[in-house]
Amino acid sequence: MTKLKTPITQHDHIQGAEDAPLTLLEYGDFECPHCGRADPIVKALQERFGDQLRFVYRHFPLAQIHPHAESAAETSEFAGAHKKFWEMHDLLFENQDQLGLPLYVELAGRLGLPVERLIEALETGEFTAKVRSDFSSGVRSGVNGTPTFFINGIRYDGPVNVISMAEALAFELEKVA
Amino acid sequence: MPILGRGIEAPDFNLHVTPDQTLSLSELRGRPVVLAFYPADWSPVCGDQMALYNEILPEFQNHQAEILGISVDGAWCHAAYARQNKLHFPLLSDFEPKGEVARKYGAYRQKDGVCERALFVIDEEGKIFWSYCSPVAVNPGADGILEALEELSAEKGKRNDQVKDADNAA
Repeated sequence: MTKLKTPITQHDHIQGAEDAPLTLLEYGDFECPHCGRADPIVKALQERFGDQLRFVYRHFPLAQIHPHAESAAETSEFAGAHKKFWEMHDLLFENQDQLGLPLYVELAGRLGLPVERLIEALETGEFTAKVRSDFSSGVRSGVNGTPTFFINGIRYDGPVNVISMAEALAFELEKVA
Repeated sequence: MPILGRGIEAPDFNLHVTPDQTLSLSELRGRPVVLAFYPADWSPVCGDQMALYNEILPEFQNHQAEILGISVDGAWCHAAYARQNKLHFPLLSDFEPKGEVARKYGAYRQKDGVCERALFVIDEEGKIFWSYCSPVAVNPGADGILEALEELSAEKGKRNDQVKDADNAA
């Protein structure tokens, strides 16, 4: 049983109520096709469990095999600094086959973010440390690829699909209820 | 036979690391060594496992540790696999006689003819400090390796302090 080592804090990107009985945490990579496929699965689970489910996203860019994963993660952090993390998160996954500066600029523009500041932030590595710290916390928590999910702090090793994950969440809900 | 455990002297080996070069464990004495046995190049789960180690090489290097992947694949196969996945650490071929080294570590799956997914952290003096065998379908991640390396570094720090204290006392 592999456990999450780094607790969830206000520095995390969180959707849903703090007191929700279920927390689903994902370590993901915007360039990873499996994460791209997992995104609508997470949304379906959020719909199904409603207020009972809180969702947290952390970065785990596999930069050696995904050359744009790091810059995409930093772009989402930039958006997060302007309270648009989730909007950018969704847009990056929807456009994951086109990752790169032209896309980031276009998406930032679409979300009304200061484009010049984005370019500067990527150039200076303003958000590199935040992304690295997510990555390190993942390594120490036994993240073994992307996406890796944790349900209430325990690594979920089952298949990534709505049925299996909903079953695991329902099982956990019964345990904590 | 279960995999070799803590305190046992790690069996030495000399294996191909490229088609024309070999590497011995004893050459790495003085540094911690992470030995990661895995079933095969190109199988989907190990791709992830080796790719993961590749991403966290800097963390291993913080402990001056050397990481070696090892499977029964041949050196040319390893070369193609490493190129494809841009791996920056050596892969050893336990190829002839097949699986001989894995057998010495208790990390050979006779039935399947491949290595177990077994991890060893070997200390500076060549003794096994930590080992773990994962179910073959589960990528074990790197948390166990890093914890072992941290513990090893901490022990070394303590020993150095003792030596310093002794020196100061003298």
